[in-house]
Amino acid sequence: MTASQTDLDSNPLVEPQEVHFDELLELESKGTLNGYSLTYETYGTLNSDASNALLICHALSGNHHVAGRYDDSGRSYGWWHLLIGPGKPIDTNKFFVVCSNNIGGCNGSTGPSSINPETGKPYGTDFPIVTVKDWVYTQAKLSDHLGIQQWAAVIGGSLGGMQAMQWSITYPERLRHCLVIASASKLNAQNIGFNDVARQAIRTDAEFHNGNFYQHQTSPARGMRVARMIGHITYLSEDMMGQKFGRSLRKKSKFDYEFTPEFEVESYLRYQGDQFINKFDANTYLLMTKALDYFDPAAETNDDLTQALAPAIADFLVISFSSDWRFSPERSREIVRALQSNKLNVSYAEVDCPQGHDSFLLEIDDYTRVMRSYLNRIARESSDAEADHNV
Amino acid sequence: MSKLLNQSSLSRYDHQIITDWVEPQSRVIDLGCGNGSLLKHLQQTKQVSGYGVELNPLMMDQCIDNGINVIQFNLDQGLGHFDSDSFDTVILSLTLQSMRRPRKLLEEMMRVGRQGIVTFPNFAHWRNRWQIAVGGHMPVSDELPYKWYDTPNIHLCTLNDFHILCEQLGFKIESSIAVRTDGKQTLGLKTMPNLFGEIALCRFTKIA
Repeated sequence: MTASQTDLDSNPLVEPQEVHFDELLELESKGTLNGYSLTYETYGTLNSDASNALLICHALSGNHHVAGRYDDSGRSYGWWHLLIGPGKPIDTNKFFVVCSNNIGGCNGSTGPSSINPETGKPYGTDFPIVTVKDWVYTQAKLSDHLGIQQWAAVIGGSLGGMQAMQWSITYPERLRHCLVIASASKLNAQNIGFNDVARQAIRTDAEFHNGNFYQHQTSPARGMRVARMIGHITYLSEDMMGQKFGRSLRKKSKFDYEFTPEFEVESYLRYQGDQFINKFDANTYLLMTKALDYFDPAAETNDDLTQALAPAIADFLVISFSSDWRFSPERSREIVRALQSNKLNVSYAEVDCPQGHDSFLLEIDDYTRVMRSYLNRIARESSDAEADHNV
Repeated sequence: MSKLLNQSSLSRYDHQIITDWVEPQSRVIDLGCGNGSLLKHLQQTKQVSGYGVELNPLMMDQCIDNGINVIQFNLDQGLGHFDSDSFDTVILSLTLQSMRRPRKLLEEMMRVGRQGIVTFPNFAHWRNRWQIAVGGHMPVSDELPYKWYDTPNIHLCTLNDFHILCEQLGFKIESSIAVRTDGKQTLGLKTMPNLFGEIALCRFTKIA
């Protein structure tokens, strides 16, 4: 694959950066981390009064590489590069965009595959359970480090949307806008069930070695593949899979009556699973799915989401996708209702499209137009703020 | 929803009347808000807060550009999104006639708001009557440009019909005005609004 000049221009080169925090981090799970590092990337330029900064929060399998590219191969674009970049809906000519790898991750920030300074070995399953609240706390530390007192917006899709919501509750003064996309205020039983199937696939793999597979120079690859396959099915819609694969067979017209992959959909899912094994850590996958399961801000307010969101003062944009059955529009409507009950500024778009949960990563006209308009609105406020500041 | 009627033929004269009926700094919801221009006008002139509701995806970004809060959903599903008594004024501008259950929606409006404002094309306008009585066919006009078989306007009514329904629902009509789309005031309009009014505007409250 060769990349066109247009693609290269709209996805500028970027390099990850790292910051270490030498503090004892006490986590919601009561676990602790004695110092931790965050790997992050930034795009665009911070303006003089730091009023144009956007924080992007990543989802389950994401990381800090949200936009731009590492090389000219055409294969190293960030996971949200369709929406973030120069001239794109989240326009890096106007905004200073920041995304960090969450702790517990496997792409540079302190996580289960990092070396535990106390033992000299990878943490493995000694790595404590981390939650959305913990991530938001560490992201706030990064904000301090970058000199950003208040984000113009905190933006996230799926698990990232949960972090954006948590920001509005924990640090209401530190963000002006909160964009919650294809997300939910808590997972339902079906969703937790899917996550546990994924976890069981990993944990029952003989190569898992109780999470300490690093010492055995192996990884629970089969379990990871199954976990990713089940995940992937749930991120697509029935219609989309039907359109994309139907019952097509691979290069044949007849059945082999064997257990080798015969249907296109089988080989696609296996390919997706195999790709994932090579770039993702099994312990991180376990941690991320647990963080998803635990998130439920209303648990502390008698299941009253309105009360849970009462501290929030940000303006919200909530977006859902009609074919997303893993984070269905109804879950987003619940968030919108709670925000309305708090008399907050909120806009809500329910995008009609067939691509399922993965829609939030894609360029879908009705979706990108709303994002572009909303981000333009934020950009106008930021430049007004900067003008006032410079007077 | 802005395409329900040929709004380009309408002056925004009705917006001015609605604005006069809305209290400064009050909470307003505009059902079927189109591109959000009415709510924007109310925000600028009356400093209201609140939401617009719109179903058409092509209107979402325009509403956002206009600086209003817009919630995308189908009004035929009711107003379950909104808490009871959470708004001072609920506006339904040139949208009633396309609702599947207009009576239900009117009840919902009075659940969430203190005062309702409804505007609709008055089907009893003399030109419509003429087309049926003399031409013998369903009226097609600048305001209602569709043929009977492809119109989204499925529940047309007259100013008199609307008053009767309000009475049945226990609503008190506070103001009722009929206007011409060119904004002109005529004697006919004043004396026989149901015959000469093209657009009807009604403001109503719950009878305590």
